[in-house]
Amino acid sequence: MADLRCNIAGVQSPNPYWLASAPPTDKEYNVVRAFKAGWGGVVWKTLGEDPPIVNVSSRYGAVNYNGTRMAGFNNIELITDRPLDVNLREIKQVKRDWPDRAMVVSLMVPCEEESWKRILPLVEDTGADAVELNFGCPHGMSERGMGSAVGQVPEYIEMVTRWCKKYTRMPVFVKLTPNITNILHPARAANTGGADAVSLINTINSIVTVDLDAMAPTPIVGGKGAHGGYCGPAVKPIALNMVAEIARDPECQGLPISGIGGVSTWRDAAEFISLGSGSVQVCTAAMHYGFKIIDDLTDGLSNWMDSKGHQSLEDFRGAAVPNVVNWNQLDMNYECIAEINQDLCIKCGLCHVACEDTSHQAIFAKRVDGERRYEVNDPECVGCNLCMLACPVEDCITMREVDNGKPYMNWLQDPRNPANIKAAE
Amino acid sequence: MTASADIQAGRLRPDDYVENFNDVHPPLDRKRALIESARCYYCYDAPCVEACPTGIDIPSFIRKISTDNVKGSAVDILTENIMGGACARVCPTEILCEGSCVRNTQEEKPVNIGELQRYATDHLFDSGQQVFERAASSGKKVAVVGAGPAGLSAAHRLSLLGHDAVVFEARDKAAGLNEYGIAAYKVPNDFAQREVEFILSLGGIELRCGQAIGKDFSLTELRRDYDAVFLSMGMAGVNALGLENEDLEGVVDAVDYIAQLRQSGDLAQLPVGRKVVVIGGGNTAIDIAVQTKRLGAEDVTLVYRRGKDNMNATWHEQEFAQLNGVKIKHWAQPTKLMGQDGQVKEIEFEYTQLDDNGRLMGTGDHFSLLVDQVFKAIGQSFVPAPLMNGAADVLELSSGRIAVDEDRKTSLSDVWAGGDCVTGDDLTVAAVQDGKVAAGAIDRHLRG
Ligand SMILES: Cc1cc2nc3c(=O)[nH]c(=O)nc-3n(C[C@H](O)[C@H](O)[C@H](O)COP(=O)(O)OP(=O)(O)OC[C@H]3O[C@@H](n4cnc5c(N)ncnc54)[C@H](O)[C@@H]3O)c2cc1C
Ligand SMILES: Cc1cc2nc3c(=O)[nH]c(=O)nc-3n(C[C@H](O)[C@H](O)[C@H](O)COP(=O)(O)O)c2cc1C
Ligand code: SF4
Ligand code: SF4
Ligand code: SF4
Repeated sequence: MADLRCNIAGVQSPNPYWLASAPPTDKEYNVVRAFKAGWGGVVWKTLGEDPPIVNVSSRYGAVNYNGTRMAGFNNIELITDRPLDVNLREIKQVKRDWPDRAMVVSLMVPCEEESWKRILPLVEDTGADAVELNFGCPHGMSERGMGSAVGQVPEYIEMVTRWCKKYTRMPVFVKLTPNITNILHPARAANTGGADAVSLINTINSIVTVDLDAMAPTPIVGGKGAHGGYCGPAVKPIALNMVAEIARDPECQGLPISGIGGVSTWRDAAEFISLGSGSVQVCTAAMHYGFKIIDDLTDGLSNWMDSKGHQSLEDFRGAAVPNVVNWNQLDMNYECIAEINQDLCIKCGLCHVACEDTSHQAIFAKRVDGERRYEVNDPECVGCNLCMLACPVEDCITMREVDNGKPYMNWLQDPRNPANIKAAE
Repeated sequence: MTASADIQAGRLRPDDYVENFNDVHPPLDRKRALIESARCYYCYDAPCVEACPTGIDIPSFIRKISTDNVKGSAVDILTENIMGGACARVCPTEILCEGSCVRNTQEEKPVNIGELQRYATDHLFDSGQQVFERAASSGKKVAVVGAGPAGLSAAHRLSLLGHDAVVFEARDKAAGLNEYGIAAYKVPNDFAQREVEFILSLGGIELRCGQAIGKDFSLTELRRDYDAVFLSMGMAGVNALGLENEDLEGVVDAVDYIAQLRQSGDLAQLPVGRKVVVIGGGNTAIDIAVQTKRLGAEDVTLVYRRGKDNMNATWHEQEFAQLNGVKIKHWAQPTKLMGQDGQVKEIEFEYTQLDDNGRLMGTGDHFSLLVDQVFKAIGQSFVPAPLMNGAADVLELSSGRIAVDEDRKTSLSDVWAGGDCVTGDDLTVAAVQDGKVAAGAIDRHLRG
């Protein structure tokens, strides 16, 4: 049995699965249920200064895609709406009752040194393992100069991180917003400020749907809507890329990452970890199915690790990072072409029409003795993968590597590169 | 039919009749329609379309269901098949569209095209909208004989194309076998008449019921008074067993009995035997067997002279009959009807087999069944006599039905024909296609 124990920036948990700072971690009742179910840790719902904020009624929206509920999810909630002392008391109690679980406390206070100086000792007193600075919330709080309003300005990130390192001995996680053009700027700022780890991604600015009867974005609050924060399975690709960008950035080497964004299955978690994540944080999947999913998250990861011979998370953490390169490092001489397994083919013709209408006209639609038959026209196939992706039958179309005997040659070395043509002249 | 001791009405409790003759397949609600529509792959050059005799763009109408464009979906269906609502209920989809669905290869479970089609067309009918618009009037008038699926399809298409259609129908009600023949539980709640109303609501179609060709007017007169004629009278004849005593009380034509059942205001008034034997192997045989069972007959045995794969009824229909408690016996043919006091009591069969040349022959071994009612369902035939009555030109026949070319044109230059009165699949959907194709050809002819 693989060892799932996780250690990130000195914070230990029996498994890498933490519930992200959100409604599932808003109070003792929920967190205790989560720990009973087996979650490795929580990032407590973001605390702020009193008086507590007030939430609106009608708070969530979703993208349901082709029968899949909540393929994407958004919300217009703010930080915790409960008094600070109530939260602190509960955090202390839970940490005392569940000492082996990671207890990270998320914070968001105004961008003033005094505010941070005031709140940090209170949190430290609970026995919490770490704090996470919420520089991500894209709605509501940002209008008040907090959340992503800070997260979008690298100088502020660095400054606040420094204050926190100054006023607490707890590890400081900085949670990054994806609502920026280059994730490396805020990540590097956090690193420079002394952050012990970064957590990402927070939610993405979004309007999930427009209600065409009400003519308003959902969720609708009294006839109007505001942009919200997008998360759930739909955002995983964006999150993975941002995690990978930081993991392979020379300036951020050694900076631990807590991966967040669309983690719903053990496979998602394994992908985040392979790109360098320490712990992974989950919100939407738990909000969709409840805490019981931790069972498959841990069990599935452990079984997969066994099948690969990985004994601990360290065995494969970051293993995919060296294979994430810039486009100009790809082998221009690599060639693959589509291959159709005629025994599996159900004759839906989707490969043909995809290639014919939108790609390279490389799949013949034939009739052989009246039977449909789809065949790849090898010389025309550029190996784009489209047909393979469109085919509804698993493994029916595969991409076969063509051995053309040519050596590795990247774009910088490629004679077709205009820069090289110029140099040759 | 006079009721004797073993042929009785009211064998069931009132509620049982309602349940037994209600929709066999309850309609899909929106949620289930969305789930089912998501199963369609939106195939290119889709095999299901090719397998639909009317060529409905199935992937397109299903995709429109999945996007809640249900009206657009219904229009797609009705544009190719104006009786898309009836066809959704009565088509043997297992050998048509659904039989060709690529999902069969993948998981032996096709997309439920029939029920999705019903979902879309029901939606439109319930909304009461007219979605078609007639082209400018051509001033031409076409006579249509027979208001079954073929005739109504032709009339609707002709009207769409700008011609006026006058439909002559021998019976009191239009819709042909949709009204008088199709099994009651396939088209409950007066669906056939609602569909007729929908078709007529386009305008340009005049329906004249109680008007039979060969009796009230002749083909010659129609040809004289109209710019073109479309014949769609179906099959009026019923095949006989050719046995002695066929006129015994209790020996009944299945088609007649079904017509009676379909028109009965109160099924509890319809007498049915305790022990029923059905002879035949097609849809009519299945339908009469299941319907008598559902009327309360105790033992229903369907006897067919060949094997299960030779039956015209699809495997799905055979299975359906068996699920309803009908016993199917293969390889036996009736040889003798025996009665008492003019009432059939027993029927004798001879086992059959194929000889070395593949011809059917009796084995010489016999068995017999006690019986209260024997239903004959061994096929119908086209009766040409009404057309010949007074017609100057003689219509050519082929295999006992009206001979037509690809355009459904007969041997007469201004007469077209379609549906069961011409050779082809005897299915509602095939009749609709015939009407549509003929109307197109008539249009081209009239605009010459
Ligand atoms: C019992 C039974 C069950 C069936 N079940 C199915 C099924 O489940 N699915 C399926 O696809 N098909 C089924 N069929 C076949 C289907 O009903 C026919 O193929 C279809 O109705 C043919 O349409 P049509 O318009 O050619 O003929 P019909 O529906 O027979 O219509 C012909 C019309 O012409 C009228 N007519 C006849 N003679 C004259 C005259 N001299 N003058 C004026 N009008 C006249 C008739 O009254 C009738 O209204 C069934 C058939 C039967 C008998
Ligand atoms: C294969 C592919 C190539 C694309 N190339 C370009 C491009 O060269 N320039 C561009 O502006 N957008 C490009 N796009 C983005 C599309 O124009 C579009 O903005 C994007 O796909 C989002 O739309 P969709 O997800 O609804 O398809 C490309 C998209 C795809 C899928
Ligand atoms: S890989 Fe791309 S180019 Fe090749 S056959 Fe498939 S769709 Fe066409
Ligand atoms: S998409 Fe796949 S299943 Fe469909 S025709 Fe092409 S190879 Fe066959
Ligand atoms: S064959 Fe099946 S999956 Fe393909 S378009 Fe038709 S119904 Fe859809």
